[in-house]
Amino acid sequence: MNWTWFHKLGSPKWFYAISGRLLPWLSIAAVLLITCGVVWGLAFAPPDYQQGNSFRIIYIHVPAAMLAQSCYVMLAVCGVVGLVWKMKIADVALQSAAPIGAWMTAVALVTGAVWGKPTWGSWWVWDARLTSMLILLFLYFGLIALGNAITNRDSAAKACAVLAIVGVINIPIIKYSVEWWNTLHQGATFTLTEKPAMPMEMWMPLLLTVLGFYCFFGAVLLLRMRLEVLKREARSSWVKAEVLKALEGAR
Amino acid sequence: MSFASFGDFLAMGHHGVYVWSAYGICLAVLGLNVALPIMARRRYLQQEARRLRRENSK
Repeated sequence: MNWTWFHKLGSPKWFYAISGRLLPWLSIAAVLLITCGVVWGLAFAPPDYQQGNSFRIIYIHVPAAMLAQSCYVMLAVCGVVGLVWKMKIADVALQSAAPIGAWMTAVALVTGAVWGKPTWGSWWVWDARLTSMLILLFLYFGLIALGNAITNRDSAAKACAVLAIVGVINIPIIKYSVEWWNTLHQGATFTLTEKPAMPMEMWMPLLLTVLGFYCFFGAVLLLRMRLEVLKREARSSWVKAEVLKALEGAR
Repeated sequence: MSFASFGDFLAMGHHGVYVWSAYGICLAVLGLNVALPIMARRRYLQQEARRLRRENSK
């Protein structure tokens, strides 16, 4: 396998150029996938035989929850890369992804509460899945607060990397919470090994919105990372040239 | 199409309030996540341009 792309990530200028080319494609894919999935899911998918139409919340709830967890795993990977290879872009990614992950966890919790009211008769229950997701939200808050509280960039990067790696223990707990404990929350919709229990017209829109949310995450993450790179490299000549070019384009 | 009329689509079989509020909240958060970094970038570029101009005029 060719690893040159990994070493090139050490160059902020290279990252800025390549992410600028990637960004429009990710944005288009995100808009198309989410629009198709949501329209299909809301208007064309058949209603659930037990839950009726309230199940349509699944098309935003599941992608948000999956993204919230994947994002945290990504933070832990960034933490390892930052600690082991001392790669600065890993810290940029970690700091930029944490707020997006927190927003996605909040969306998963809120849409879950709105779904729980007609289905379980309650906005919130202290169920294993819900509680572990709430802990995930607090882990994100902790990371954001830690990153902002330490003024020295290198110390902040190290502290956040360690917290991200330690906190990743919560991810398998969230994943298996519905199997280890008796919970109200239903089991996984998608697994890699089995066919979904739903008919195709029901799971296909979900697959589209899940992919769409991942593209959305990629696009928003690049937006945030590009700004952070510009801020951190403000003294270098290529950033000054970039600022002038962007301002001319805005006029 | 899973609904007979547009009214049925909006009603979502008595679950309209829940479905539409969940989608509304989600859309608002997604929009916010796009708008915030774009606005921050614009602010930063303007601030940097002012700084560069100041340094050049010295």
